Amino acid sequence: MKEPTVRVQKIRKDTVRIRLIIFGTLAILLLICSVFSEYLTPYDPYLQDLANIKAAPSAAHIFGTDRYGRDMLSRVIVGSRTSIYSTLLLVAIITVTGTMIGVFCGWHGKWIDVVLMRISDIFLAFPGLVFALAVAGILEGGLQNAIIALAAISWPKYARIARSQTLAQKETPYLKAVRLSGCSTMKIIIKHILPNIIGPILVTSMLDIGTMMMELAGLSFLGLGAKPPTAEWGSMMSDTRSLLTTVPWVTMAPGIAIFISVMIFNLLGDTIRDYADPKSRGR
Amino acid sequence: MGKYIVHRLLQLIPVLLGITFMSFAMMRMAGSDAITELYGNKGAVSQEVIDAKRAELGLDQPFLTQYVSWLGKMMTGDMGISYVSGKDVFDTFISKLPATLLLTILSILLTIAISIPLGVLAAVSHDRITDYVLRFFSFVGNSMPNFFVALLLMQLLAIKLKWLPVISDGITIRSALMPTLTLAIAMSAKYMRQVRATVLEELNKDYVTGAKARGVRQSVILWRSVIKSSMLTIITLLALSIGSLLGGTAIIESIFMWDGVGKLAVDAITMRDYPLIQAYVVWMAVIYVLVNLITDLLYHALDPRIRLGVSKE
Repeated sequence: MKEPTVRVQKIRKDTVRIRLIIFGTLAILLLICSVFSEYLTPYDPYLQDLANIKAAPSAAHIFGTDRYGRDMLSRVIVGSRTSIYSTLLLVAIITVTGTMIGVFCGWHGKWIDVVLMRISDIFLAFPGLVFALAVAGILEGGLQNAIIALAAISWPKYARIARSQTLAQKETPYLKAVRLSGCSTMKIIIKHILPNIIGPILVTSMLDIGTMMMELAGLSFLGLGAKPPTAEWGSMMSDTRSLLTTVPWVTMAPGIAIFISVMIFNLLGDTIRDYADPKSRGR
Repeated sequence: MGKYIVHRLLQLIPVLLGITFMSFAMMRMAGSDAITELYGNKGAVSQEVIDAKRAELGLDQPFLTQYVSWLGKMMTGDMGISYVSGKDVFDTFISKLPATLLLTILSILLTIAISIPLGVLAAVSHDRITDYVLRFFSFVGNSMPNFFVALLLMQLLAIKLKWLPVISDGITIRSALMPTLTLAIAMSAKYMRQVRATVLEELNKDYVTGAKARGVRQSVILWRSVIKSSMLTIITLLALSIGSLLGGTAIIESIFMWDGVGKLAVDAITMRDYPLIQAYVVWMAVIYVLVNLITDLLYHALDPRIRLGVSKE
């Protein structure tokens, strides 16, 4: 297969940039929606209108109403705050902890590196959700505990990346020069190592947002995350599951919301990866 | 090869010890032991009775001693009795395992049947319309949580079309269809992408250009060389996914009321049946580690490049 010509390369670069703008805007719109969700809802999401239960989708209630007559559109909009915030918080936690542990291991080396990497091996040996399920179950559910459970199993991936990147940086001539000139460890890590290794880590965390959102929603769906009446997409779906035969829209609306948000974040993640690493384009 | 197997087996020991230790510590942190479960809701029980029972069960021993004796018991399949049903935990777990394994194997097979042909097709028609359509579907499949797929299938196949039962009526192929389909859809979306990437990478190698230059037919290059050499990577990837599948079945099993270990675990979690949760975590991790080991060994045994020591080992 021949190398793409310069012209083709330039066109590809331009399309990646356009995709980045489009998906970035969509993601920002989603975030704005979740920040101002309270002001965007057409009805009070917790107001029960018992005269108007299980209403089919109509102009007044685009997604219909649930069994308490609560407007589904309003609940989905308010749910975005819980779902998106907690996902972003989770990704931020694992990125920061994982990176810190990884950099520390890579820099310090010796026994502490061996011990921490063995521990991360153990976490990697658990099939992901199995362990999260158990942790969330023991911590007695709740959104906060679901985040802890997922964070507990997800950090090793970041620690691995940060560690290998740090090890590679450690061997570069410029870093040896910095060390020789007597720069303090803290300063080396913050000013020299972190800026150089943060790229691949951020790309990984962007790609992880979608997965984490689905896993958090999954735990909530099992009743191990957000608890009703808090509007959260996963728990809203399990809450209304029994109505699937009669009023499918109340279950489908939050599902579609998860699907669309995950898709936007996945598209953004893919685009950022392509932007950062042109080799992966079209793969 | 023999040396490698021994090396891998030795590596397993700390991992298995870590897994069991963490599960044990987790249950202790839960702040509940057999004593509180036994006497917790039976009103006042005198301290002497509690202490006697505690000594009888060895709960007054130091933490590490307790762990070692627990580990010893676990090896022989004695994982205590369920707080809820009062039955032996290990027996309960083993009795539910075949249903989950059946589901796992069926969905792996379906995933292979879907993702490999489509992935190869997408790679061959790289950057053409077929490729774009397939990639679009794979993307959509990747962005749907599996419980959403499950509910969509339920709505479509069971409620609208009435082809299949809404929830499973026992372990039959008919009721296995929907959970299998759900798991396979999510997995195929993911694996189609990886199959495509692997085949594309292989297609870009120099020997393919060489074969083309010598006038070897495209289909011969594809079937004789490219697919043969990328299959190994693909099978390995699939085998490694068994682990996530084993965990992912928990949600699907409880949606479809499929009577396997996943549903058992979810039920145990809602009932705070700690010994059962512990059994689930430990045995799932052990199965996962063993599957990974076997995959790794198979990979080494099957790939002539590694078997003959061409690459650095």
